[in-house]
Amino acid sequence: MTKKQSIIRRGPLEYSKIKWLKYFSVVFFIVLYAPIINLIIFSFNDSRLNIVWRGFTIKYYVKALQNETLILSFINSLSIAFISTMISTLIGLSAAICLWKFNFRLKTYYDLSLLVPIIIPEICMGVAMLIFFNSVHWPVFTIWPLNLSEIIIAHISFSFPFVVIIIRARLGNLNKSLIEASKDLGATEWITFRYVIFPFIKPALIASSLLTFILSLDDFIITFFTSGPNNITLPVKIYSMVRFGVSPEINAASTILIMIVIISTVLIIKFLNYEKDLK
Amino acid sequence: MDSWKVKKKFFTFSIIPGFAWIMVFFFLPLAFVWIMSFGEKSNIIDVVITGTLDNYTRAFDRVYFKVLAHSFLISLITTFICLIISLPIAFLISFSSRRIKTFLLILIILPFWTNLLIRTYSLIAILRTEGHVNKILEFLWIKINNVLLFLGIYDGQLTPNEFIPLNLLYNNFSVIFGLVYIYIPFMIIPIYVVLDKFDKSYIEASLDLGAGQIKTLFKIIIPLIYPGIISGVLLVLIPCLGSFVTPDLLGGSNSQMIGNVIERQFKSANDWPFGAALSFLLIYITIGLILIHSLFSKKIVEEKIL
Repeated sequence: MTKKQSIIRRGPLEYSKIKWLKYFSVVFFIVLYAPIINLIIFSFNDSRLNIVWRGFTIKYYVKALQNETLILSFINSLSIAFISTMISTLIGLSAAICLWKFNFRLKTYYDLSLLVPIIIPEICMGVAMLIFFNSVHWPVFTIWPLNLSEIIIAHISFSFPFVVIIIRARLGNLNKSLIEASKDLGATEWITFRYVIFPFIKPALIASSLLTFILSLDDFIITFFTSGPNNITLPVKIYSMVRFGVSPEINAASTILIMIVIISTVLIIKFLNYEKDLK
Repeated sequence: MDSWKVKKKFFTFSIIPGFAWIMVFFFLPLAFVWIMSFGEKSNIIDVVITGTLDNYTRAFDRVYFKVLAHSFLISLITTFICLIISLPIAFLISFSSRRIKTFLLILIILPFWTNLLIRTYSLIAILRTEGHVNKILEFLWIKINNVLLFLGIYDGQLTPNEFIPLNLLYNNFSVIFGLVYIYIPFMIIPIYVVLDKFDKSYIEASLDLGAGQIKTLFKIIIPLIYPGIISGVLLVLIPCLGSFVTPDLLGGSNSQMIGNVIERQFKSANDWPFGAALSFLLIYITIGLILIHSLFSKKIVEEKIL
């Protein structure tokens, strides 16, 4: 096939068949994934220096599991993620319903104010939380989960606006006549919510809570400013290890975190495909 | 939609949690930062609010102004590189078949939800002196030398005599590389969203009427996906300006950014009022960028109506 023929075979809009575009994107995706795949592979490497491959081992996972502070920070991370997910889903749900159902003065401003935590640089929010908890003399608790209260509060502040956005997007697709029908048939506000609205927004609710779970589990910067020496999370622990250089233990701990996030992401994508359920 | 007066009880019950939370645990802390930025350190732990503007003027001292300018430069370069890479990628995704499209989108989103710290850390192993990039370069270097030796063009060695690994880490290059690596999904996704929605027959029409691919790109496609590009630029520029993990882990002493200075005020230098002023400077810059954005988008809307 001559060059001219191959050009003719490609339709005017079939850009995905352009050769250089294809090669470019292949290189792009390789560069995007190579470092992380490399990190996962080298977590199984039997070498302290971790430069050359010296054989397969899981001893760094065993070592990571025996590291008490690492385990503790992992438990902290999971507790924070669970609690902040539950609270931010509830707050986000009520705010989304309020914004969807009612008209009120200053509504635009309330709407905009929910976007601010998403937009401002994370470091500013971290600093704000640090100054706030210090200025109000936030009590130091020793019992679980109150010892994590500062981090949990900070996480709820940046994650519940995401819940509002996702649930509102879903509520926007709800056919209002369903609600009118429900009310015509004598249902109370609660019954309508329970049997009409809730089943409709359920996938969005699950997806947004998984998203907040990931956001909380992954957050480093804001947690770094709000955590004290006694309530570190896994990313903060990883950061303190990274400062001493590359080691297979960090790779092992990171791989565990990556796996949790990948599983949650797959679940989110599954739940966000609600259009398919409708058909 | 009901007026709130119809169901006062329901309205109050549904608005209070979110509103109270964002006021108490977000805007109140920000107000604390704002107030503290006008304070002075009285001793090691205490801060007195005196209403001084010293912290702000200090931010424009030579040393800190340099860091500020440097942060801007790094962020702008990063944003530009992200844009150049994102356009073809977003293009390819939006013109792919449905199944490939979903697959590629997942590929873009997945690292986006991987921890920022871990992604930055993963680059160290790639870029360091004994890292993979240098290994590949060394391998190529030896191969080229062998070929040269075989051909007898050169007596065996490219200058210098031994392969000297490139310094890819702890400099501005690694910081920009890291920032592009981390924030590129923020650029690809908004561009893709706009590109996917617009009517592709415009491109066909332009090509039919005799414009070349490049002319079509600049005269038709870019003006139409402009809103997506602008959102992408903001979504990359703002977090880049405030970044602190990437310059901290990948940067050297010359590649410190404003985020590092802020962090130092709170974690080691213990000058909270100055740190608060710098944070608020960053917030003002963010607000400024968003205002410019909204002005621009207003202009675009007006132009389209006219």
